[in-house]
Amino acid sequence: MESILLSALVFSPLVGILVLAFMPNTEERLLKTVGLLATLLPLAFAIITYVGFTPGNVNIQFVEQYRWIDFQIKGLPNGGDFTINYDLGVNGLTVVLLLLTAIVSTLAAAASVWIKEHWKGYFMLFLLLEIGMLGVFASQNLLLFFIFFEITLIPTFFLIGKWGYIDKEKAAYSFLVYNGLGSAILLIVFIILYMKTGTMNYTGLSSFLHQPPEVLEQMYIGDEFRFGLLIALLVALGVKLPIVPLHTWMLKVHVQAPPSIVMIHSGILLKIGAYGVYQFGIGFFPEEFRQIAFWIALLGVINLLYGAFIAFVQVDFKRVLAYSSVSHMGIVLIGLASLNGAGMQGAMFQVVSHGLISALLFFLVGLIYERTGTSLITHLGGMAKVMPITAGFLLVGGLASLGLPGMSGFVSEFMAFLGLFKEMPVLAAVGTLGIILTAVYILRAVLGMTFGETKESLLQLKEPRFVEWLPALILTALIVLIGVYPAVLSDILQLTINAMMAGKGAVV
Amino acid sequence: MTLDKLLSFDWGMMAPEFSIVITAILLSLIDLFMPNKVSRKPLALLGLAGIIVAIVFAVLQVGDPVGSILFDTYRFDSFALAFKLLFLVATAMIFLLALDFEGESKWAYRGEFYYLLMTALLGAMMMASSADLITLFVGLELLSISSYILAGIRKRNFHSNEAAFKYVVNGGIATAITLFGMSYIYGLTGQTNLYAISEMLVDPRVQENSFLVIMAFVMMFVGLSFKISAAPFHMWAPDVYQGSPTPVTTFLSVVSKMAGFTLILRLFFVIFLGTQGWHNQILLDAQPFIAFVAGATMVIGNVVALRQRNIKRMFAYSSIAHAGYVLVPFVSLSLIVFKTTWFYLLAYLLMNIGAFAVIQFVTSREKSEDFTAFSGLNKRAPLTAFMMAIFIISLAGLPFTAGFIGKFGIFMSSLGTGHYILASVMIATTVVSYVYYFNVMVQIYFRKGAGNRIRPTAGLAVVMVICTIGTLLFGIYPSLALDFFQSGFDINDLFTPSE
Repeated sequence: MESILLSALVFSPLVGILVLAFMPNTEERLLKTVGLLATLLPLAFAIITYVGFTPGNVNIQFVEQYRWIDFQIKGLPNGGDFTINYDLGVNGLTVVLLLLTAIVSTLAAAASVWIKEHWKGYFMLFLLLEIGMLGVFASQNLLLFFIFFEITLIPTFFLIGKWGYIDKEKAAYSFLVYNGLGSAILLIVFIILYMKTGTMNYTGLSSFLHQPPEVLEQMYIGDEFRFGLLIALLVALGVKLPIVPLHTWMLKVHVQAPPSIVMIHSGILLKIGAYGVYQFGIGFFPEEFRQIAFWIALLGVINLLYGAFIAFVQVDFKRVLAYSSVSHMGIVLIGLASLNGAGMQGAMFQVVSHGLISALLFFLVGLIYERTGTSLITHLGGMAKVMPITAGFLLVGGLASLGLPGMSGFVSEFMAFLGLFKEMPVLAAVGTLGIILTAVYILRAVLGMTFGETKESLLQLKEPRFVEWLPALILTALIVLIGVYPAVLSDILQLTINAMMAGKGAVV
Repeated sequence: MTLDKLLSFDWGMMAPEFSIVITAILLSLIDLFMPNKVSRKPLALLGLAGIIVAIVFAVLQVGDPVGSILFDTYRFDSFALAFKLLFLVATAMIFLLALDFEGESKWAYRGEFYYLLMTALLGAMMMASSADLITLFVGLELLSISSYILAGIRKRNFHSNEAAFKYVVNGGIATAITLFGMSYIYGLTGQTNLYAISEMLVDPRVQENSFLVIMAFVMMFVGLSFKISAAPFHMWAPDVYQGSPTPVTTFLSVVSKMAGFTLILRLFFVIFLGTQGWHNQILLDAQPFIAFVAGATMVIGNVVALRQRNIKRMFAYSSIAHAGYVLVPFVSLSLIVFKTTWFYLLAYLLMNIGAFAVIQFVTSREKSEDFTAFSGLNKRAPLTAFMMAIFIISLAGLPFTAGFIGKFGIFMSSLGTGHYILASVMIATTVVSYVYYFNVMVQIYFRKGAGNRIRPTAGLAVVMVICTIGTLLFGIYPSLALDFFQSGFDINDLFTPSE
């Protein structure tokens, strides 16, 4: 059953790009409106996909497969193997991530009202970035994944480098080189896998690599070789995730990029790393992953504690959030490393939940920066008096971030740690320290900004209008929804994760 | 040789070459009899027409059986044809560049410029078709000597003279070394025909002196490395590329380089692989050597390019780096090398000629070759800026461009045969190349530049548009080119001597 729904979803932002291409450069309001409207199209397709997805079905759904590239050589006896397909499809996890991407993109487009110049180029790159992100999650084949993965690189470079703050170009280059290296390693791993197995399809690769070790040994894919590939994968994706000590580029991006791009970056782009570890690391090398699970969990705990400690001393709220992202990605690693149902679900919940929470917090950063021209905590004291609603949202975002029950952050942290306690109780116990630290640094930052004596420079500020905090409201609603009724997510994630746990991957 | 024998050859197969020869002769005669003051512009159009005729003849030959003339010295097989098509298309576009260049400066000798491009093209085509050391060398010399003059054609320009002088001295040495290597082969085997040499190499008397064969191999390879500007024989390239008129630079970096690769592939695969198969000791022994040259070329090209401010020098180093990439599949010694190399050269042709078209446009309008000449190009010529961005993205090997698929093919051939280190070097240097390529992007899009809107002339615009479309098309749907290669070109042709 061929459907073109996913292709339509992935490439729907192209419509917006084409419309924008023929618009004058100067019409600020019009360009912003069109940019925002253009993101509604993929959102609509993402909702259709989400609704049309059958949760009770383990198979990859909405499959599209066409012959695409053919490297075979005429006249060679064994030249028929090098065919690569165009290959799209979704499972329970990716359908959620696609929806998350579309939602965060729309809200980030709304947050783009604070962009001051060159709106046309901005929105065209923004939509190109969205194509890349949607494509990454919809791909069912390594080459396609890689292509979309790299597609996100180019627009992000420009979006940071042109529309960011003072040190933007340095941040953009830092982003380019780190992620370029990461994806370079990724490409090597992918091509080695392809040349060894003759397929690039996820399902095909999983079933190939899940053959008994003796069989693989005969095909020159021995134990050490597989370990090598897994480690290379983890390094490549660890840049994206990011795993300490590969995180420095990400701090610069968080601080220098415009808030709307950070919403995307922290909300979606970092999640590609987590998704990759899950899909490739665990999906292709489950046995090897199990053997180094302790070290991955350790890295997760280090991420968690390191991020939290450093966040505690930051004076710039953006940097607090940047380190908080490092810290929260540690929880994803912890959940994945536990390799049991609860932990994996926790990790996936964390991916979605942190996507929403960080989008909310960076939206608020943009909102505040637009009015005050600063994001330094000390300059923002007593904001609650002049902007009570904004301050309220900030508190909500902070509480969600530190894992208050009833919000999405709680569910994910709880399940991730539940998973880890089953497998490695000592490490988990150390890791729980991170939860306390999180509470401390979040509350310090949020309270420092909202309460206390109101700074004089803030006195004449006005509360933003309803339309301006509408995105925050939507994000808050989603965060609370997942928090009080986790079944919205768990129902759809459950089967996919179970299938992965059974070591089979999913079957087309 | 009697006249009858001479006429008995199937000369029709040489139709593409003949079109070029006849056009070159016509051009030189017309130039001779034309009054001095008259514009030579129509000559470029005539040359272009000649090349298009040759392209038509060449396309009609696709799928023909292997043939040869003049006692198997000149072969027509799918390998030769595949590369000849690339040369012809590239030179046609370079003629369009030349057309624009003429309008910019008052340099004389334009007639020579056009017919020398023709003879250089003819040399490249001979290199692709030769199956004999002698014709092969004649082709090489025809290409080289024409290029020496082309590099120095701006007689009163200091840089152009420097370029020509350096090129002729270095090129002469390199050719001599190649020839010296060939003399060893001839001395050992007593043959000049490649297939006959290949058969003689298994002779026990030759096998006893295999060290001489290795020396011959190394010397021929060194000489040809010069042509493709592989390190450490690349020193001439930056100076020559900088000093030559931009169309000539484009010709040197694209056609001349592709011809070098064609020669290397033909020479070494036929001689050393033809009869002895895959486990040929000499090629295996040579592998680390070639791998080293490829690795050094990529590293030097990409790292030194980081420090260049002159845009033509930067692209000279970039094209050195690309020579290194193309050598990578050669190291892997699998038959996939033909397809990957051909596709990479096709991609390289499109993106490099496109980029040089933009460079010619910007440098001639700005009267500056510094890379800051590109600053604010986005404001002054948005469409051109966009096309340059596509070329740069393709050169950097990022997706949805032909350059990415080309690199992907190279990685496949090297990783598939276990050359992990070389592939890692390639990918690491690719990341390095992001920095200088994106430096140009930063100039185009982030920096403010002074000046009014500028427009490319029709010739330049056509080249840029063709290259952009090609780069994107073969990046999104590479099967278009790959299937063409697949259907028309049988790799076994290369190894079957014609009767």
